[in-house]
Amino acid sequence: MPLLEIRNLTKDFGGVRAVDHFSHTLERGGLYAIIGPNGAGKTTIFNLITGIYKPTEGDIAFDGEDITGQVTHQIAQKGIARTFQNIRLFSEFSVLDNVRTACHRYARYSVWEGLFPTPRRGREERELAERSSHLLELVGLSDRADEVSKNLPYGHQRRLEIARALAQEPALLLLDEPAAGMNPDETVDLMAFIEEIHDTFDLTILLIEHHMEVVMALADDIVVIDFGRTIAQGTPDEIQSNPTVIEAYLGTEETEEGQYATA
Amino acid sequence: MSQYYIGILILICINLLAVLGLSLMTGFTGLFNFGQAGFLAVGAYTATILTTQYSVPFVAALVAAMVISVLTSFLVGYPTLRLKGDYFAIATLGFAEVVRLLVENLEKITGGSRGIPRIPTYTSLPFALGASAIALWLVANYVRSRHGRSCVAVREDELAAESIGVDSFRYKQIVFAINAALAGLSGGLLAHYVGFIQPSMFSIVKSTELIVMVIFGGMHSLTGAVFSAIVLTSLPELLRTAQAWRLVAYGALVVIIMVARPEGLMGSWELTPANVKALFARLRPQRDSELSSAEDVELRSAREGK
Repeated sequence: MPLLEIRNLTKDFGGVRAVDHFSHTLERGGLYAIIGPNGAGKTTIFNLITGIYKPTEGDIAFDGEDITGQVTHQIAQKGIARTFQNIRLFSEFSVLDNVRTACHRYARYSVWEGLFPTPRRGREERELAERSSHLLELVGLSDRADEVSKNLPYGHQRRLEIARALAQEPALLLLDEPAAGMNPDETVDLMAFIEEIHDTFDLTILLIEHHMEVVMALADDIVVIDFGRTIAQGTPDEIQSNPTVIEAYLGTEETEEGQYATA
Repeated sequence: MSQYYIGILILICINLLAVLGLSLMTGFTGLFNFGQAGFLAVGAYTATILTTQYSVPFVAALVAAMVISVLTSFLVGYPTLRLKGDYFAIATLGFAEVVRLLVENLEKITGGSRGIPRIPTYTSLPFALGASAIALWLVANYVRSRHGRSCVAVREDELAAESIGVDSFRYKQIVFAINAALAGLSGGLLAHYVGFIQPSMFSIVKSTELIVMVIFGGMHSLTGAVFSAIVLTSLPELLRTAQAWRLVAYGALVVIIMVARPEGLMGSWELTPANVKALFARLRPQRDSELSSAEDVELRSAREGK
């Protein structure tokens, strides 16, 4: 059974079709990428998977269960975590608290126990703190655990957002342009980091990215979309030599005389 | 202690109960509630009607006031808590007005705009103090729990909170209910302290007064809520000799604080042993230098004496 199965996913915003009969299948443990020009509908696909938008048509099955139309927090609890294109941290929280808030799986105490300091609450809170510190160690942020997260440098904020997603112990991690706004050095670090978490956390990853070198180096399978439609799918090598993809990215090469060659 | 000061202390406790709930809701969860007076009215009238007309024991009447107030919060919250920030604030404003008008028009039960006189004054200082201390303890526990963190996460970024699995609607309902319980209790105590209630006591002026207390003390600090409940309740009383000018002074103080320190007096600082220690650690070097200069003066004057 594939981990995520998307069939004929369609989303209209008024008269604009942002996603047009998009289908995709993610097998467990893979590292997938979606690329495409700006406005192609990539982030909309993420928002549809995570229940932020309701699809106009089509359905999404996660781990064999139909999750179409479920709300965001339910889908998150089922094991799909994500990051955002423009980082969304809890900016007033400390680095540790950002991660701790996402570590639900180790604390089950009720709202009533939130009002009273019961032994169970104490035990679970200690475990929560331990888990979060451990995770910060793994992502290399433990020396900044007490810092307010909005004061972190940009690259670290990205890393923290990924750490927060990992704290949910998801089966599927969606990364929305993780390298956006990073310089080449930071991008190299990030690529190594994504590879590392892919292995250590036994994850399936789906990422959207503009940096071609990131996508080509990391992904086993790439889907190219344009105007909400899939125009190509394959390995990095196949995609690089695909004429439709080149056309979508670079425009058509006109050969007639008097026309500009835009390639 | 004179009856007058006891009265001020009781009022501080009563206001603190209403401010605590509001701080949790508005400060920590980011839900602006401009209709707190509505919940005070629900609590006050429920408790008063039960004690005066059905001779229900005081404590049982207070519990009933809290329960009815919580039920009201579910009724109001279910359709409105999904609204975005400003719209929710306006909805609470409307709710409080609806309650006030209902009370004014249901004359047979509530006495209409003349109100209910001769309510037995059961609210004693130990009782009010105990109730507000317990409430403070519970709210402080809640804020530090995983549920409290989830509430703050909703305030910080609702979409991100949802994306890590936080059911934001549920958390909003929970804090709205906790707030309603505390406000209901506060209203019940108020009625049985003043000995008389009428709809005009629960107008928008009261709601504003309470939200000002939350903002003044520091939106993200329970310490601030306690501090401002104490200061802003007693200040108009202590300035009573200045007569009409006292309200001007009160308003000016609030404006000055908001201009000089928009995050409120305490900001997000909490009075905990660890924080107090850190504060003293910061102050200590200063004191050492003061001491040494004092010693210098002594030395110098000793020399001059020679």
